[in-house]
Parts: sequence; C-alpha cells; structure tokens
Amino acid sequence: MGKLAVQVDDLTVAYNYKPVLWDIDLFIPEGVLMAIVGPNGAGKSTLIKSILGIIDPIAGSVSIYGKPYEKQRKLVAYVPQKGSVDWDFPTTSLDVVMMGTYGSLGWIKRPGAKQKKAALEALEKVGMLSFKNRQISQLSGGQQQRVFLARALVQNASIYFMDEPFQGVDATTEIAIINILKELRKAGKTVVVVHHDLQTVPEYFDWVTFLNVKKIATGPVKEIFNDDNLTKTYGINYKVAINK
Amino acid sequence: MSISEYFQLVMTDYTLRTITLGTAVLGAICGMLGSFAVLRKQSLLGDAISHAALPGIALAFLITGAKDTNILLLGALISGLIGTFWIRGMITKTHLKTDTALGLILSLFFGFGMLLLTFIQKQPNANQAGLDKYLFGQAATLVEKDVWLMITVTGICLVVILLFWKEFKIMLFDADFTKTLGFNIRFIDILITFFIVLAIVLGLQTVGVVLMSAMLLAPAAAARQWTNKLGTMIFLAALFGAFSGVFGTAISASQNNLSTGPVIVLVAAVFVIVSFIFSPGRGILFRQLRFRKNRRDLKLQKTLQFMHSIVATHENIEHPHAIKILNNFQGFTRKSLQKLEEKDWIKISGQQWALTPKGFHQAENLYNQQINNDSSTD
Repeated sequence: MGKLAVQVDDLTVAYNYKPVLWDIDLFIPEGVLMAIVGPNGAGKSTLIKSILGIIDPIAGSVSIYGKPYEKQRKLVAYVPQKGSVDWDFPTTSLDVVMMGTYGSLGWIKRPGAKQKKAALEALEKVGMLSFKNRQISQLSGGQQQRVFLARALVQNASIYFMDEPFQGVDATTEIAIINILKELRKAGKTVVVVHHDLQTVPEYFDWVTFLNVKKIATGPVKEIFNDDNLTKTYGINYKVAINK
Repeated sequence: MSISEYFQLVMTDYTLRTITLGTAVLGAICGMLGSFAVLRKQSLLGDAISHAALPGIALAFLITGAKDTNILLLGALISGLIGTFWIRGMITKTHLKTDTALGLILSLFFGFGMLLLTFIQKQPNANQAGLDKYLFGQAATLVEKDVWLMITVTGICLVVILLFWKEFKIMLFDADFTKTLGFNIRFIDILITFFIVLAIVLGLQTVGVVLMSAMLLAPAAAARQWTNKLGTMIFLAALFGAFSGVFGTAISASQNNLSTGPVIVLVAAVFVIVSFIFSPGRGILFRQLRFRKNRRDLKLQKTLQFMHSIVATHENIEHPHAIKILNNFQGFTRKSLQKLEEKDWIKISGQQWALTPKGFHQAENLYNQQINNDSSTD
C-alpha cells in the first residue's frame, strides 16, 4: 500500500442532537478508486462534506497527506451533488468549468487565457466542448454532470471527492464518467465517490467503504465486498437493495 | 403639465432635475443589488429589511429630536442590519424555515416601528410631522446632498461588485463548492447583504418602507428574462431600475398629486410584465409561438413520413396515389397537403398526390435531421 492520501480520525457529526456520523476512523490510500456505499441517511454525503470543511464536525480531525485540509485545499477537488445548485443560473457551461480555476487564482484576480484554455481542455475531455456556450439550464442531466466533472478536472487536484456523480445519468454518460475516473486513478490520483448502485461496485472500484452512521468496513473491494459487510450495512434485506 | 413638458423642464428646473436624478440612481443601485437577491432566492429578504428599518427611523428621531435625513437613515441602517442578522441567526440556529423567520422579523419590527410612530405623533412637538412619509416615501423631499449620497454609495457598490465579481458569481451559483476552494463565504455573503441593506435604506425616503422590496425585485426579475449572462442581467436590471425611476417621476410630476414611490413601482411592474410576455428567449409569447411552429412542423413531417411509407412499396417513387388513402392517418389535413406542395415535397393533381424526388429524399433523412438540429442549436 502506498502513501496515505486521506486520514480521518474520530470524526463525529450531528445535526441537532442526532448523530449522523459516529466516531469515524478512515484511511484512504493514495491512488485508489473508492466507493462509499450505505443506505439513505447513512451519512455518505456528510462524510465528504465534513472532510472538505463544508460541515463542521463536533469532534474529530481530517488530514490530507498529513496536513490539515485548510493547508491542502489545492490538492483536493470536489464534485457536489448535481441537485445542490440552481441550474437556471444565468451562466454557460464554460463559465461553470472556469469556476474550478478560482481556487488557485485566489481573491480578486480574474481568470485569463491560461484558465480558459484549461477549462476548454476539461470540457473536451468530458465530451462537452461543443456545448461550451450553452446556457446551463439547457443541458440534460447527464450533460450537467459532465460539466461538474470538468469543473473538478480543471482543479487539477490529487484527490477527487464526488457526490453521486452517476445520479440520473444514462448508460453512455455513466461509462464515459467511469472511464475518466479510471484514467485519473491511472495517473496516480485518488478518487472517492459516493455511490448507490451496489451491482457496479466490483466493476468500477478497487476500494470500498461501507458506511451506516458508523464505519462498517473499509478496504479492497476484492477482500471486503461480501455478504457479511453488505448485511451489516444494509440490514438483512440488502439483497433487495442490490436488486432494486 | 404633460410628460413632454416634464422632460423639457428636467433640463431647466433644479428641483425636478434633482428628484429625477435621485430616483434614477436609486433605481439603478436597487436593480443591480436586486439581481443578487433574486439569484440567491432571497427575494423576500428585501421586504423584511425595509420593514425592519422603520423602528430605526423612529428611534433616531426620538433620541436626537431632529429630522435630519442622514441621521434618520443611519437609524434605519442600524435597525435594518439588526433585523437582517437576526433573521440569519434565526435560520442557522433554529429549525425555523427562511420564510417564517422573514415573516416574523418583518412584522415584529414593523409593528414596533408603527407603535413608535404613533407615540411620536401624540407628543406635543411641532417637529414631529412628516415621519410617516417614510412609510410610502416622498420623492419631493430629495435634495442635492441626498442624491450625492446615493451616487457615492452606488459608485462604491459598483467598485466592490467589479472587484469581487468572480467571488460573487461563484458564491451565488454554488456556495458549498466556493467554501471548498478556500473562499470565506461568510465575508462574501455579509458584503452582499450589507450593500442590499444600504440600498434599501437609501430608497426609504423616496419609495418608502412598504414598497421598497419591489424596487429591488422588479428590475431584476424583468432583466432575467432577457439574458442568460450574469453581467448582462445586472446591467439590464440597473437600466430598468433607472428607467423606472425616471418614468415614474415623470408620470407623477405630470399628473398632480400622484405619489412618486408607488408610480415608480408600477412602472417597474410594467417592465416585468412586458419582459415576461415579450422577451425572445423566455417570454410567454415567443415560447408559445415556437411551440406552435414546432408542432406544425412535426405534423407536416409525420404526414410526409406516412406518404413515404406508402411510396416506398412502389418502384417508381413519383407514382401518384389517391388522397383518400391518407384518410386513416390522423395528422393529415388539406392545409398540410398545401404546405407540403409549397415546399415542393409533393405534387397534387386532382384527387391524387405523388412524392417528388426532393420530398422522398427529405422523408428518408427526417430522423437524421432531427438529431443534427438537436446538437447544433447553441
């Protein structure tokens, strides 16, 4: 196993008094393509959001390559859930992708030719170059997801966190996206994906974390993706969850 | 005085010029900042802030005993800010939804403000009259220094928007993502909110507590209809706001005794209505027209395709067929046959029709064309 990309210690998150994540310890090695699976309300999105500092945990700490997240922002890219933004916002695909460069620009400085070039390349990579000037509300769900992915690619990070990138996309887009993720892994990047479709886990991912408020298990798909862990995570009816 | 006389007078009459300039600048800054409020889905925040400003005006008067506009507006600013941050606190700290928090603060502050106003009116002080003008505004009270204040604030606001353009845009679109990039979204948020409060307070004298939110929302809502670019939207909103101010003042000045604030708001409403109906991309009219045209085109294409399916069974594609055999097909009408003939896709002679080679070709490529159209519309 290579270097440790992400380390989560004793992470506990609660909305009001109900714990959403309970005492999570998690180690994500560099260069894996990892799925986070678990039932609805298991805290999958919350885990990503608290690693990224969007949600304040009540206890615990997160480090990225051994340092706190605040110091390592530039190593991390994020693809939020598609439904978390208003797609009727007056802007174009290219503009959204350019937003991925804002972090490296810092305050006030405007994106220039270099940033635009990077954004166009990212759009090309996700097959959306011909839609670069399209108003984002006129994109299909799958195209919107590709734009979000392109925005993360532009961040040119080492670790990618993605919240349900396959949600509501068709088979072609799903394959296109997973191919890009596999390419990222090949380039030595670490990719963490909140995932819902248990059937595709062995095919798409090499690492998996089972989550249901507590961490059930984490490790190589080949070793730990089994009935035992699925039952612990989803309860006795996990087969229903798979065949859904 | 007629409206054209008014516009002649604007050039020469000092008071009229001051008022017109004031309402125009006010409309512009409200339109600009209103765009942010609308895009953040905080449309009602403006309403709550303006109502929350009322007790500040009354308290400022009670404390100082003077009716100096700047002091009263300072009171409004403080009380508006308190109301705003109270709302934000309520939303983050309790289970209350945004609309509930807004409604609560709005009525609480407004009620308290009205109470203070009636208390002030009961006092044996000749100076007290006229505070209630802040309820509906009175543009006639604008003097040159008020307008200068508006221009200064608008200028600062413009500089801030240009400076933090990228930060404002990304936070409006995706606040969580902005946070992961390391931007302090609280700072950006407070900056926007502060300017919105400032613009509202500036407008209280002219438009008044009750109608102020319309000044923010109407130009922005109208501008959104015309463009898909944030910059253009803000520019248009400022323009619509300024025009509402000018025309509102013109109408109210030319029709004696019409109160300016409500007229400005009504003019802004006209901008909204016209935009909702006539804007080319999102307007109801053109959407309906496009819808009708698409349906007609599709009907025509379906008829052509049906004809093609009949013709395809014959060797000679130009072989004529009876119109009667089209009868069991729903999409066909006399009119659509004429249309098809106009396009030179079919030939009609008597009770018979025949496809032209062009029509045959067209029918064969129909499906491919649809796909091409779909991907080339940007």
